Amino acid sequence: MDRNRSSVLEMKNISKEFYGNKVLKGINLLVREGEIHGIVGENGAGKSTLMNILFGMSVIHSTGGFEGSIEFLGKPVTISSPFDAMALGIGMVHQEFMLIPGYSVTENIKLNREITKDNFLSNIFGPGLRTLNWESMGQDAKRALSKLEMDIDEWAKIAGLPVGHMQFVEIARELDKQNIKLLVFDEPTAVLTESEADRLLSTLRKLAETGIAILFITHRLHEIMEVCERITVLRDGVQVATKSKSETTIEELARLMVGHTIESVGKRAVNLSERKTILRVRDLRVRMPGETVQKVDLDIKEGEIFGIGGLAGQGKIGIANGIMGLYDSSGSVEFDGDSIPLNNPREVLKRGLAFLSEDRRGVGLLLDMSVEMNIVAPAVEIHHKFLKDFGIFSFLDRTQIRAFAQEMIQRLDIRCLGPDQPVKRLSGGNQQKVCIAKALALEPKLLFVSEPTRGIDIGAKKRVLDTLVELNQKTGMTIVLTSSELAELRSICDRIAIISEGRVMGILAPDAEDAQFGLLMAGEYAVR
Amino acid sequence: MQYDNKKSQTTTILNSILKKIHSFGIPRIIIILFLLSLWISAAFLSIPFPALLSDTFVRLGMNTVLTLSMLPSILVGTSLFFGLPLGIICGLLGGVMSIELNLKGLTAFFAAIGFSIPLAILVGYGYGILLNRVKGSEMTVGTYVGFAFVSLMSFGWVTLPFKNPEMAWAIGKGIRVTVSLEGRFSNVLNKLWAFEIFGIKIPTGALVFLGILCLVMSLFLRTRTGLAMQECGMNPKFAKASGIDVDRMRILGTIISTILGAIGILTYAQGFGFLQLYEAPMYMGFIAAAAILIGGATLKTAKISHVIIGTFLFQGILVVALPVANTVATLGSLAEISRIIVSNGIILYALAQRGGNE
Repeated sequence: MDRNRSSVLEMKNISKEFYGNKVLKGINLLVREGEIHGIVGENGAGKSTLMNILFGMSVIHSTGGFEGSIEFLGKPVTISSPFDAMALGIGMVHQEFMLIPGYSVTENIKLNREITKDNFLSNIFGPGLRTLNWESMGQDAKRALSKLEMDIDEWAKIAGLPVGHMQFVEIARELDKQNIKLLVFDEPTAVLTESEADRLLSTLRKLAETGIAILFITHRLHEIMEVCERITVLRDGVQVATKSKSETTIEELARLMVGHTIESVGKRAVNLSERKTILRVRDLRVRMPGETVQKVDLDIKEGEIFGIGGLAGQGKIGIANGIMGLYDSSGSVEFDGDSIPLNNPREVLKRGLAFLSEDRRGVGLLLDMSVEMNIVAPAVEIHHKFLKDFGIFSFLDRTQIRAFAQEMIQRLDIRCLGPDQPVKRLSGGNQQKVCIAKALALEPKLLFVSEPTRGIDIGAKKRVLDTLVELNQKTGMTIVLTSSELAELRSICDRIAIISEGRVMGILAPDAEDAQFGLLMAGEYAVR
Repeated sequence: MQYDNKKSQTTTILNSILKKIHSFGIPRIIIILFLLSLWISAAFLSIPFPALLSDTFVRLGMNTVLTLSMLPSILVGTSLFFGLPLGIICGLLGGVMSIELNLKGLTAFFAAIGFSIPLAILVGYGYGILLNRVKGSEMTVGTYVGFAFVSLMSFGWVTLPFKNPEMAWAIGKGIRVTVSLEGRFSNVLNKLWAFEIFGIKIPTGALVFLGILCLVMSLFLRTRTGLAMQECGMNPKFAKASGIDVDRMRILGTIISTILGAIGILTYAQGFGFLQLYEAPMYMGFIAAAAILIGGATLKTAKISHVIIGTFLFQGILVVALPVANTVATLGSLAEISRIIVSNGIILYALAQRGGNE
């Protein structure tokens, strides 16, 4: 690489804490003129936080700022708001489009930077009333688009454009800004088709040739390898490596990205092939916003702990939500030999499936209600349990409810003031245990558990996972665990399916190599 | 440092006091103080206190069921039941039918309720379906549906083929604006088992009747369906994930509210002595809504105690305000003005609170 090119951005020793939780530890990043620099990492590795620091987002400054220094074009700078970043010549192409659908391409490109000319009214009342100079705005828009070699009508409305074109309009808007020195692309290819993505990559290269430095954030490793000169890998807030393209391979990047050391996998000698299939999923499609499932086939064996992993937004969360009937879905699901109806939560619960939602506070709990009522509510509804019969009417049986709640509080070690305490006063870990108790009240044969340790402190995490293993071992309950934390999946699951782009990329044993997990998560290829 | 510690201690104590006041509800405290000050000024103006209390009890008996109709609606998550005029009209139709059939006394009263319930179920069902289509703006839509239905029924009252001369206009067609219940079911509940203690007249029958309704409601909330209904209101996603058909529950809650509205207007009418038709039901929803909010309910949570406390406070103020105002200033409509200020003010407060303090 050409070491003589001057540096555009240098971030030195960047650290960031959120409420005592270190999310970035001593990151050093150097981007030179005309360089495409890749940043890869799992969800939560610190990519967004790093970019938020670069753009001076208020979320950084309202939580105590950051440590370290930033140099731009060789001079130390303080970036305390996105406006500062823009003034320096740093632009961002967002993953989600920041476009106004009802406006034309030109209007979007020139938004808030309109070209105006004086008129009679503006001479009297000031610049707010100047006339828009449509002609030169259109020319600017056309010029920016032609840099991208895009043949988009600059007067077309955004609303009617294909998704790929919207992405290019976003880029054109950044290009149209004068003095742009550094462009950040945050997962720009996530919504593009393959050919559009190819076009975007070639555009990136052309932009770099004009001297613009580019930071390219993605989890598609082959794209990184295709265009980037150097690649920085982040994992858990640590800069694991910065490598030149020539020094590394996709496999190495994948391994670096995942790279967890497995903690004592208390592996049980389970011969899964002898077990019968308890849940057979074929051709499952789930329309869950942000977690769409395209086509999933799974066979889950009786009594196993089956893991579902993958990056955020790839559809792993959608699987359990779809089968449980919470989001519109299609396909066929057979449980214990019977086919179960989709889009019907009641029937699914009746057949003996239960679900711990990833959205604990939003879906899993009645925050204002007591611990005991949270535990029994679904069982009352589904199995008519905890009721006292009085002829035609039956009322909730307070003593029975209290006794069951006490039993659960003891068994799961739920720390609360008593069964009548509202659940909103409990800590995250204890709320999760209330959710587990709620599921147990349903006496399920199969339990879906999604992100059970999200937002829970470390000690409680382990207890929640231990509880799941204990349930599985003592009662033989089949557990399907969906988690973003690969380490968590690998520590308790018998098999792990990795989901990417709404499909099963492959199913691995928990002790499979890091690189294999990394490749599947990046959607690189499917292993048998 | 020590000074700081002391300071932080006092602030925590202050904070906890403020929190307690807040959890009790600032508007409720203001209303209670207002009622107390009215009572004190009534004492100074030598307005007979027992008479005031008697009136308050009568009004409590008349209005509580209407307030109670807010409860299922809030619990099931469709917020304040501004569709109350729908229930009221069903009740009025029941009352009119009972007169048309020439019934008298308690029979007439319960027959009126009997006639109105099927109507209320029908209307509540339709209204519930409508509310399911406008989730999030139930209150606004409800208010206008109420207005529209009242106006529509103004035609209805003119055209419905009721023949009884007690109700019909002397000339032309249709029913009068107010129909006297004298000799029908005026005061049937108020006079039932009524007695006097320390000069305070207790309308036992009315209080027992609303007591029974409250009891039935609280028992209902302890059934499986009652619990399911509350789950829908507290967290519709939880309810859905527990296999509850949220839309069906919302319809059920709306039906129960509508039925209570119908029963409510009949209890109100028996105390008032008249059936008020045409435009009269228009603003009744606001009074009931204000009452339950004063009692401590919010747009999302409510208890039966809120219904009773709220109606007592709200009606208590109205009862005292009129004689006090008449003695202080000869401004005829002061009681009416204070009713409008209090009821609209408290609704405004509740709406402004929505979303905050959670």
